[in-house]
Amino acid sequence: MTITLDPPRQSRPTEAVTNQGASFLVASGQVASRTLKKFVRSPALLIAGTAQGLLFLLIFRYVFGGAVSHTGGLSYVDFLVPGFVVTGVLFQGMSAASGVADDKEGGLFDRLRSLPIRLLSIVSGRVGADTVLVAWGVVVMTAAGFAVGFRVSGTTAGALAGLGLTILFGFAFVWLFIALGLMAGSPQAAQGLSFLVFPLSFVSSAYVPVSTMPGWMQAFANNQPMTQMVNTVRLLTGGPQAQALLGHPVSYYLVPSLLWTAGLVIVFAPLAVWKLKTT
Amino acid sequence: MDALIEADRLSKKFGKVQALSELTLTLPAGQPVAILGPNGAGKTTFIRMVATLIAPDRGTLVVNGHDVVRDPMAVRRMIGLAGQSAAVEEMMTGRENLVMVARLYGQGRARSVASAERILDQMDLVEAADRRAKTYSGGMRRRLDLGASLVGSPRLLLLDEPTTGLDPVSRNEVWDAVHAMSVHGTDIVLTTQYLDEADHLATSIVIIDGGRVIAQGTPSELKSRVGADMVELHTIDVPTMQRAAEVLASLGVAEPSTDPATRRCSVAAPSGSKLLPVVVRALDDAAVPVEDIALRRPTLDEVFLALTGHRASTPDSDPTTPAKDAA
Repeated sequence: MTITLDPPRQSRPTEAVTNQGASFLVASGQVASRTLKKFVRSPALLIAGTAQGLLFLLIFRYVFGGAVSHTGGLSYVDFLVPGFVVTGVLFQGMSAASGVADDKEGGLFDRLRSLPIRLLSIVSGRVGADTVLVAWGVVVMTAAGFAVGFRVSGTTAGALAGLGLTILFGFAFVWLFIALGLMAGSPQAAQGLSFLVFPLSFVSSAYVPVSTMPGWMQAFANNQPMTQMVNTVRLLTGGPQAQALLGHPVSYYLVPSLLWTAGLVIVFAPLAVWKLKTT
Repeated sequence: MDALIEADRLSKKFGKVQALSELTLTLPAGQPVAILGPNGAGKTTFIRMVATLIAPDRGTLVVNGHDVVRDPMAVRRMIGLAGQSAAVEEMMTGRENLVMVARLYGQGRARSVASAERILDQMDLVEAADRRAKTYSGGMRRRLDLGASLVGSPRLLLLDEPTTGLDPVSRNEVWDAVHAMSVHGTDIVLTTQYLDEADHLATSIVIIDGGRVIAQGTPSELKSRVGADMVELHTIDVPTMQRAAEVLASLGVAEPSTDPATRRCSVAAPSGSKLLPVVVRALDDAAVPVEDIALRRPTLDEVFLALTGHRASTPDSDPTTPAKDAA
């Protein structure tokens, strides 16, 4: 069925309007700054995430900590804090997932995609902002770790490298969570990702030594990415005691950590872009 | 030819739902157009396709000379989209929201600030400009969203159900804003479920149902095809309704119809409001009490009934509209 409406009756102003669209950097920057503004201006988001992290730290440090043995010459707080900070990127990442699900549902992505900017600039803006938030969380939780008695036994340079690696790891996980958040579709569904986050954080070397777990669980715990990065950072901060406990040089854990980091980005970055495109 | 939008046999399926079914349509520039249809008719799918958000499975869609699939960027350069949910950032002020979108359109810092100022003025949001959008009423939020779609001075403005979910006061505010834009010379294509909204905002109406075009024309053309206004009355019980129907029939204007379930009785009023006092007097003479009596325009449902022979599908009766994508 073909329909043709009447020709226009009034002549319309033909002002030539061409919106060239923002460059990649400007577009990413605008998208990122919007996400950061939202976070900074939402005290609930700011406080809830931090409070939850601190609560976890206090519970493990002071409630469970006394009962955890098998940490060799390493004190439990020095054992715990690297694990706590590294796995913290998962919890931070979960809010990135519900954030993008929220943006999708609220129509923000429709608006952005209808603008003359590149799709990749939307994703990279969002990832950039969430990586900044991850970095912020890592710094706050590290400071909290020091407050409850954590000390660096290795070199300062090593500790700083550990901090940088943790943030890099967080960046890789942000891609995963953004892809999953776009797939989840609604913020409620994104909450379901805790089924991914809890096994990854708890069934790892982050809070307790893997050697105390049943054999089948050790197989998972030893080989999942969290354990690799936790042990890397633990070796970088824990000095000779950590070395004695883990029995391997840093490179033994660092290489798989970096491979996981690269792998996550390689798999989930295209997936996130594709999900956004077909939203 | 000066066609703004040319759709040729557009089809799109979401899972099992055929959202668009060989929809063919040519819209000329220079007229505000309303795409009217019930939930699930394919309105949103069509608008999202024009906005390059989704690609058709089959068929072609050309917007101002640019194919949406082959050159989406060229289309994006000249459109502004206000979707169903007001896509404003609540934690940013109205001004910040507008500046952000202007920057994304590629305007420099100073020009973006100036554009935002102009839109705030146009949308009557100057006083609220530096308040966070979170504090805005539903109507203000919608106006801010409309403003964001205008900040790039688009050639074509796409509005997807611009007043859905708004209270009557906010709806009027949005209507005024849209009206101002069309006077200003922006081409507007909007979707709506409401006949009165299409009537109020557009000079051309395209009615779609089941993913295809079923009618088009000016509001008055469509109304004359559908039939005239109605006088409708409510009674307290069914016997009274029947007596009222007899009185209406005795006027000899048209055959009245009755609905015992709602105890409602109506008759076509070709002469419009002139019939109303006649009916009231006749009922009074016959001592038939009525609860309520009014002159009413045909509803979208009646438009559909007249044009298609079936009632407009509603979300409740149509299980095939699970997602807003299919709406």
